[in-house]
Parts: sequence; C-alpha cells; structure tokens
Amino acid sequence: MTTDACKLTIAQAQHLLRSRELSATELTRACLDRISAVEPRLNAFITICHEQALAQARDAERRLAQGDAPALCGIPLAIKDIYATRGVRTTCASKILENFVPPYDATVIARLRAEGAVFLGKANLDEFAMGSSTENSAFGPTRNPCDLQRVAGGSSGGSAAAVAADECLGALGTDTGGSIREPAAFCGVVGIKPTYSRVSRFGIIAYASSLDQVGPFAKTVRDAAILLRSLAGADPADSTCSTRPVPDYERALNGEVKGLRIGVPKEYFVEGMQPEVEGAVRAALRHYESMGATTVEVSLPHTDYAIAAYYLIATAEASANLERYDGIRYGLRVEADNLTDLYRRSRGRGFGAEVKRRIMLGTFALSTGYYDAYYLKAQKVRTLIKRDFDQAFARCDLIVTPTAPTTAFRLGEKMSDPLQMYLSDIFTISVNLAGLPGMALPCGYDRQGMPIGLQLIGPAFGEETVLRAGDAYERSGAVTRRPTVV
Amino acid sequence: MSAHEEKYEAVIGLEVHAQLLTASKIFCGCSAQFGAPPNTHVCPVCSGMPGVLPVFNRKALELAIRLGLAAHCRIAPRSIFERKNYFYPDLPKGYQISQYQTPLCAGGYIELPGENGDAARVRLVRIHLEEDAGKNIHAPDCSLIDFNRSGVPLVEIVSEPDIRTPQQAGAYLRELRSMVRYLDVSDGNMEEGSFRCDANVSVRPRGAAALGVKTEVKNMNSFRHVEHAIAYEIERQIELLEAGERIMQETRLWDPDRGVTRSMRSKEYAHDYRYFPEPDLPPLIVTPDLVEQIRTEMPELPAARRARYTAELGLTPYEADVLTQERELSDYFEALLPGLDNRKTAANWVMTEVLRAVNESGRPLAEAVPAPAEVGALLKMVEDAAISLNAAKAAFAAMCKSGKGAQATVAELGLLQVSDEAAITAACEQVIAAEADKVAEYRAGRDKLFGFFVGQVMKAMGGKANPKIINEVLRRKLAAN
Repeated sequence: MTTDACKLTIAQAQHLLRSRELSATELTRACLDRISAVEPRLNAFITICHEQALAQARDAERRLAQGDAPALCGIPLAIKDIYATRGVRTTCASKILENFVPPYDATVIARLRAEGAVFLGKANLDEFAMGSSTENSAFGPTRNPCDLQRVAGGSSGGSAAAVAADECLGALGTDTGGSIREPAAFCGVVGIKPTYSRVSRFGIIAYASSLDQVGPFAKTVRDAAILLRSLAGADPADSTCSTRPVPDYERALNGEVKGLRIGVPKEYFVEGMQPEVEGAVRAALRHYESMGATTVEVSLPHTDYAIAAYYLIATAEASANLERYDGIRYGLRVEADNLTDLYRRSRGRGFGAEVKRRIMLGTFALSTGYYDAYYLKAQKVRTLIKRDFDQAFARCDLIVTPTAPTTAFRLGEKMSDPLQMYLSDIFTISVNLAGLPGMALPCGYDRQGMPIGLQLIGPAFGEETVLRAGDAYERSGAVTRRPTVV
Repeated sequence: MSAHEEKYEAVIGLEVHAQLLTASKIFCGCSAQFGAPPNTHVCPVCSGMPGVLPVFNRKALELAIRLGLAAHCRIAPRSIFERKNYFYPDLPKGYQISQYQTPLCAGGYIELPGENGDAARVRLVRIHLEEDAGKNIHAPDCSLIDFNRSGVPLVEIVSEPDIRTPQQAGAYLRELRSMVRYLDVSDGNMEEGSFRCDANVSVRPRGAAALGVKTEVKNMNSFRHVEHAIAYEIERQIELLEAGERIMQETRLWDPDRGVTRSMRSKEYAHDYRYFPEPDLPPLIVTPDLVEQIRTEMPELPAARRARYTAELGLTPYEADVLTQERELSDYFEALLPGLDNRKTAANWVMTEVLRAVNESGRPLAEAVPAPAEVGALLKMVEDAAISLNAAKAAFAAMCKSGKGAQATVAELGLLQVSDEAAITAACEQVIAAEADKVAEYRAGRDKLFGFFVGQVMKAMGGKANPKIINEVLRRKLAAN
C-alpha cells in the first residue's frame, strides 16, 4: 500500500487519511521516494523540500488525528516555482532569481499551508512562464513521463510531469496563454485554468498580469475540483480578485450532461493539426452526444488574430513586470563601474534568450510611435475576441476544442523557431484573452502513445459546468489512463 | 520695466508634487510618516519584490478629490492608473504607478490674491494621483537607497502656462500651499519634500502668439528659490535670444549656491516612459455621491475667507491676505472674535503682536502664544477699558512667557485701570488745586495745557486711571469756574 500511495488520487487519499489506513507521513514519504526514483530522468523539480515536507506531514498527521481536518490536510503537492514560498527559494526558473528566498507566501500558498497541505517542492517551468515546452528553464528541461525524448509542455511542464509521473497527488501551475492546459494535454493529466480573477495572483511572480491565472493539475477532474475550491476566493491583497462566493465544485460533479449544449468552433479544426488529435476530439464529441449532450457549430471569427494580440499584450506587460529585476535589491547582480552597466550586465546575464526576446518585443510595442499600432490595436482585438465568445455562449453552454494542435513534440524540435513554438498555444490563448475558464483532460493517445488533450471552455465563472462535463466524460470510461514509462 | 522686459514676455507653467496626508502609503499598509530611520517603513510591496500587488488606499482618493473640488476641477467619474516605466535605483518596480491619459481631476483654476483685490486666475491642466519613489543617498564610496518614501501618495498639480512673472509663480505656489494646508490634503512642507515644484519656462516677444522653446527647471526647495530660478532662467533665455542664439529644450537644475541654472546631461532625461494601463489595479470609479459627500465636508478656503474678512469684518484686502495665508493663524484670529466688538483691533493684534511673538520665539503658533480664549479675554478688557492697550501688550508678552491666563497676569502685574469716578475726581481736584497758575493760563486760552493736566492726574494715580474718565472729569472741572 505505502509504496504505491503516491499513485492515489486526492479523493482516495482523503478517505484513507481520515480512516487512518494511511498516515500523512507515509503518503509524503511515498511521494518523496518516487521523486528520488524518477527525478534524475524527469527533472520536474527545481527544488525538493524533503525536510519541510516531512515536517508538514507530521503536523498534518496531528491535525488529522484530532479529526475535522481541512480538505487538503496531508495531501502532498508540487508547486510551480513561480509561487512565492516563504523561506523556500523561488527562482521562476531564472538565473536572475537563482538564490531568491521570499520573506512572504503567495496568498494561495498561505491558504494551502493553513489547510495543512504538504509542499514537496518547487516544480520546473519555462523561465518566467515564457514558453510552451519547459525548455526555457535555467535549470534544464523537464522531460515528458510518457516519452523521455519529448517535452512536457509548458510553461508549467514540471507540475504536469510531476502529476503524470505520480511524484505528487496534485500540483499548482499558472496559465497565461495555455501554460496549464498545454502541458496537462502533453502529459495526459487534468489541468484547469479558472476564470481570470477567480484565484488570487498575490505572490505569483507576474508574467502578464491581465492574463496570468492560477490553477491546479490533478490526476482526475474530481481532484481538480477539490484543489480549485481551496485555491479560489477573494483576497484583499489582490484588487483584481473576484469577491464572488466560491461554489463547492466537487458537489457539481453529478455525472450529468443530458441537454448540455456543446459548441464546436469551426475555426479550431485547422489545417496542419495532427489528424489523430482531430480524430480523438471528434470521437469525444460523439461520446458526449451518446451521453445526451447536443453539439452545435459555433464561430469564433477573430481566432486568427489571437496569437498576434497575445504576443503584444503579454510581452508589453512582461516588459514592465520584469523591470524590477535590476540587480539592485535582490537577485543576481553583476558588478560594474556605473549604473547603466550594472543594469546591462545583471539583466544580460540573468535573463535567458526567450525572456529577452519578449522584453524587447513588449518594449517595442509600448514605445512612442508604436503604441497605437501595436498595444492599443491588440487591446481592441482582445475586445473582439471576448465578444466572439459572448456570442458563441448565447448558443451553447460549453465549448469543446482540442487543447493543442499536436501531441508533445520532441525536445529541441521547436527551440530554433519561436513562431512554431508559439503556435502550440493557438487553441488556448484566446481563452486567456477572454478571461474564461478552460480545462484540459485526456481524450486519447496518438500512435506513439502520446496523450491527446480535450479542452473544455466555459463562460466566465462557469467552472462548475466545465468540471461537471469533464468529470462525466472521465467517469464514462471513454479513456483509460496508460502507465508512464518512468 | 527694463528694456528686456518691455521687449519680451515670459510664459511659465508649474508642476507641483504634494504629498498627501494619509497615514499609510498609497499601495500598501506601510506608514507614510516622514523622518523614520532608513528602510524601516518598507514591505515586499513598496520594495518591489516579485509577485506582489498594489492595493489602492482610498483615503488618497478622498484627499485628491478634496483638492480637485477646491481648485474647481472636473472630477473624472472613471480614471485609471498607468505604469510609467524607467530604470532608476530608487524606483523598485522599474515603473511608477501614476495617471496619464485619464487624470482624476481635469481643468479648474487657482485664484491668486491680488494686492488691490484684483484677483488673477491660473488655470490647471490636471491633478493626478501617483506614488513617490525612494531616495538615493550618495556616500563617497557607495550609494545607498532609502525606500521609506517609496509608495508615499502624491498628487501632481499641473498648471497651464498662465504665469507671466517670477512673483506670480511665487504667489501661485503660496496660494496652492495655503490651500492644501487648509484642506488637510498635505502639510505643504517644502524642506521635507512634501511640496515640490518644477517650472516650465519660455520667453517670447511681447505680442507674439507662438510659444518659445521651453526649459524645465528642477531642484528648487523654497518659494524664494523658485522665484530666483525663474527670474534667472528668463534672463538667460532673453540674453540667448538677444545674442541671436537658439534655446535648447532641456531640463535644467537650479544651483542655489551659485544662483544659476545648469543643464542636466541629456542622457538622464531622454526617456520614453512607455505608459500603459496598470493591469493590477481596477479603474478608479468616483460616484456623484462620493463627490457630494466630500464637498459637504470641505472646510472654508483662503479665497472665501479673504472675501468674508473684507466684506463682513471690514478688513482691508492686505489684512485679509496676511491673516488667511496660514490656516492656523486664520483659525486663531477667528477664535479671538467671539465677545469682541472691535474686529479691527483683533486683526491688528494678530498681525502685529501674535506674528511677532511667533517669529521671535521661532516656535509654532500653538506653542508661541497663549490660547485664543485668553488673548480674547485680554482684548475684551481693553474694549471694556479695564486695561489700557499698552497694559495689554505688556500682559501679552508676560503671558507668552509664563503661560498664565489673562486675568491672573493682569492682576499680577497690577494693570487694571481705575475707573472709579470719585477717586479720579478727587485726583483731578488735587491737581487743579496744586497747579493754580497753569489752570489760570488754561482758562485764559492755552488749550494745549489740557494734556499736562491729564498727565499729572495719571501720574498721581500711578498710571492706572481710565484716561477717558480723566478727560471727562478734567474738562468739566476746568470749565467750571
């Protein structure tokens, strides 16, 4: 039992911890053992918190013994290394923050800590969440647990791989243009990006503030619902965070999709996408129909402009968000004779190539003489994309698409061609621009055995609909999860 | 008017930064208090740590609206914060959260007190909210940064180029400072940096419509500096034009020691700030109800007080101006008034005795002079002829030192006047009897001797007799033959 405990779902572990059939320490130790066994091949973690995790597990054990422990008490999780964790170094996979230890917790970290969750370590990512493969990490790429020659997706590749490889029971990621959903699809796990403002961003190292959103990775939709309930909710430290009450997402999972109107956007079945991906998604749609849902074709006419708009808005915000890494107060400083050189050298050596590319792009988009043509135009496109979704949701309850046009690609395959890399997010980026909830969940495998991800998109604050539909599909047994190779 | 002044006209616009009187900073809970040991009022938010977010201090909004209403601005029902991007060690985030395209307050004007009551208006472009930066401190072998000031709330008040002379610039600043102090919006302290001014200065031939090339003058830490710097800059620009040279658009620093402005290196100010909307803060929504609520809570402003002092209290525009410049002094003056009939005496008293005591002691008003109720009681005694004006001055000086009340001081110093007519009559009779020769001369027509008799009676009564009664009795007695 104990050695396999890392393979449990959160729902199963909750039951076993409460029935005292399993102790929090045994569970955490099982995960740490698994981490030791597979990390040399996967590199899903930047920092492993062995001692702290066991101490947290012991605390959780005491609380569980007293009864009435919160939902995530004793549940071992991986945390994307973009969340500020008090006393634990938080690198954002960048050299510039290689030794940064925050004196504060992100709001969601503080919440999970209060619930007694166990933090196994800080998961790998693309530097500052900029990337779609976790190859842009100063700490080396994360490998896909289904095929070690392939990428885990990104930017939350470490979190996705850790869940897929059973190094943890669940994980936290962030999603700015697909950074939860794409790696979830590539690794064959569940990942949900909630509505923008549903979860506090305080303490999440900012990439693109108007797009960044926190969300969980899990082995099942139910686990994702359990995690999301603990993450979501108002935060006085984040003025963009919604004060809407948080529903009990798990209770929404009634297995029912009868009468559900599923919109299928014609723009999302594009030329050049991997045929097996399209096949699997179409099969999933038929499966929904067989369960009593109806499908209707909808149109999201401005989809073609989404990537361009995203790479102007996100990089513009990033260019400002990353100005604080100047070598003055914390992080990497490369000494110089004068201030300008200190900035140049510290930032020049501290940031990786993709981060520099995006800072330059964003700086350009905001510059005098270009602002209207780029940043402002992109914001207008964003409004049109939002309107597309509003109109589509007048005709359906849920939109179903592929998560990514292909399954996980090979390491290095797209590193020399940033534009090809950016296209990995073609189906996920619009959802961020519109601020909507989107979830990726496995819907099959390609011929190489790589997982294919289905994407469910809901209207704003429609997380319950998304989770209910995902859970119903998962429970119907349409897809059987295959073991990983690690 | 010099030949230059006849030929050229200066065009001046001022940008003032005033620190708002909030307890905490604009985007975090740290204290906004001045003067704490370096880096003791800092937190992850105002020191720009990764992942932190700003939360707007609503108190700053109220204060800025209060100033906007006082300056007759339009209050924007919806305005947004923007990021102003530039690298400097005292700016921890690498951007300043400010307002750009949609300021909280737009338009409006400041009315300047004219010497003869002919008020001039300086129109405003805008008043917007922003955060302050920290402070670099340069030591010989290193530079240090104090982030206590980082995130302190400011309003920036931008005037139209309506100002024509250095004196007018000074008058504008004095009026604005007086306003922010009346409103409790800012303490207006220039030395501590809570009230700072930059000037945009250009000159053009009189009668020309087009504006000349302007320079921006910085580093002026007092009203006097502002006036001197602007005067210098006007003269410098005119001399350049007269010599057939061009004026460079640039930022210049006032050097108070040498009394000149010097060019800053162009590298330091050639910025493209790349403003864009701050995604971490929702728009500032100001409801009509909030504006009305703030309007009803507005104190009376210096301009309104000046008008009231001249119309209702019968003071001159000059007196009204002196009395209203500082709210504390004006409040003190008004606290004297209840129970007094002669407002003019009270006004003169405040402008001479009170201001002198404050200046001589070098302490704030509240510490330098007795409470207004005590001084009011003293003036009431003068009005009731219980003491003489000179006696009141002596008593006031003693009260400033001792802190004792008016009654006690007057009694202690034995300053009470004798108004007992019988006693005064007796003294008059004695003097008349003793000075028979002079009485005869007086009665023969030497009217000037009247003062001599008054003096003799006063002397006989130890200087404390009521002069009015002495006059009455003496006239009667000397006339009665």
